[in-house]
Amino acid sequence: MFDLIIIGAGPAGITASVYAARKKMNFLVITKDVGGQAAWSGDIENYTGYQFISGPELAAKFEEHMQKYGIELKENEEVLELRRKDNVVWVKTDKGTYEAKTVVIASGKRSRELGVPGEAEFKNRGLTYCATCDGPLFSEKDVAVIGGGNSALDAALQLIKIAKHIYLINITSALTGDAIMREKVSESKKVSILNSTQVTAVLGDRMVSGIKIRRQEKEETLPVQGVFVEIGLIPSSEFAKELEKNELGEIRVNCRNETNIPGIFAAGDVTEVPEKQIIVAGGEGAKAALGAFRYLAQHK
Amino acid sequence: MDKKVMIYSTPGCPFCNMAKKFLKDNNVDFEDSDVSTDRTKAQEMIQKSGQMAVPVLDINGEIIVGFDKEKIRKAVGL
Repeated sequence: MFDLIIIGAGPAGITASVYAARKKMNFLVITKDVGGQAAWSGDIENYTGYQFISGPELAAKFEEHMQKYGIELKENEEVLELRRKDNVVWVKTDKGTYEAKTVVIASGKRSRELGVPGEAEFKNRGLTYCATCDGPLFSEKDVAVIGGGNSALDAALQLIKIAKHIYLINITSALTGDAIMREKVSESKKVSILNSTQVTAVLGDRMVSGIKIRRQEKEETLPVQGVFVEIGLIPSSEFAKELEKNELGEIRVNCRNETNIPGIFAAGDVTEVPEKQIIVAGGEGAKAALGAFRYLAQHK
Repeated sequence: MDKKVMIYSTPGCPFCNMAKKFLKDNNVDFEDSDVSTDRTKAQEMIQKSGQMAVPVLDINGEIIVGFDKEKIRKAVGL
């Protein structure tokens, strides 16, 4: 049995693991990927000590720091369930089951899905959640960007340089992103903005060939070869069924990173911590690991 | 190591860069194709993998989509 299991290896989970290693705790890190959202960030100019660093570079430095301690890391592994019984926490993943006396949940946030038919089927077959990654593959193609906030506008602006035509499908009556980006998108002849419009299905055969949309009570089909889903983020907290969460699904914690279940701590963007910042997530991860260490000392 | 390793990537893709760094750190030689500029290679990647997300690795004919360290390790023989 482990003293501690850390779920997630973004800024919060990695910092927790550095603190746990320095306390010489017997622990395990389970994560889908290393670096978390930090690896996907652009330029970072507010992480103290670095006046300028790119997201991938900072994430690589985090990973290097963690690896220095030779920690046990289970990558590409997804936590499915978390239960606490008789002072033991059971962590069930897609690859096995682990036991620990304490847990730090630092599973962060991930892209929100549309939740429409065809979405799962055509993921990576024309439908993507990363415009920066996969956008260049859609040169001279008609594409749809779903969303109306900054990430959707950013995706549309990137695609203007690549795609043939871009339909911006926005569920609300007006775009909500920054004014300067809204202007740029509106000025482009390559972009059609469809406000008050909802996507109801993703269509295709082997690859995406279109989307079904509904506006003003009418359904129509829009032929596109690419669909970029940019409708924000949700906390990866579904596996923690017994934990208290807020209306956004973020795990409730007190200032000591304790959840409503003793021995289970949470840190970073998966929690209701007010600011979602790399430096905040790191600090929260440190607090949570130290909290787990203190808990173990008190419950021998 | 005599296995032929190819990677299809785009410059803005963090998992592509992680995969390339992983190969470099393990002294694995590889051929990198930037599919954001090379449309022939982009088509080749879509054909080989049957999908449109990067990175795609071709290790002696074994196709791996995404940065999956364990699969890469096994395929390369690390």
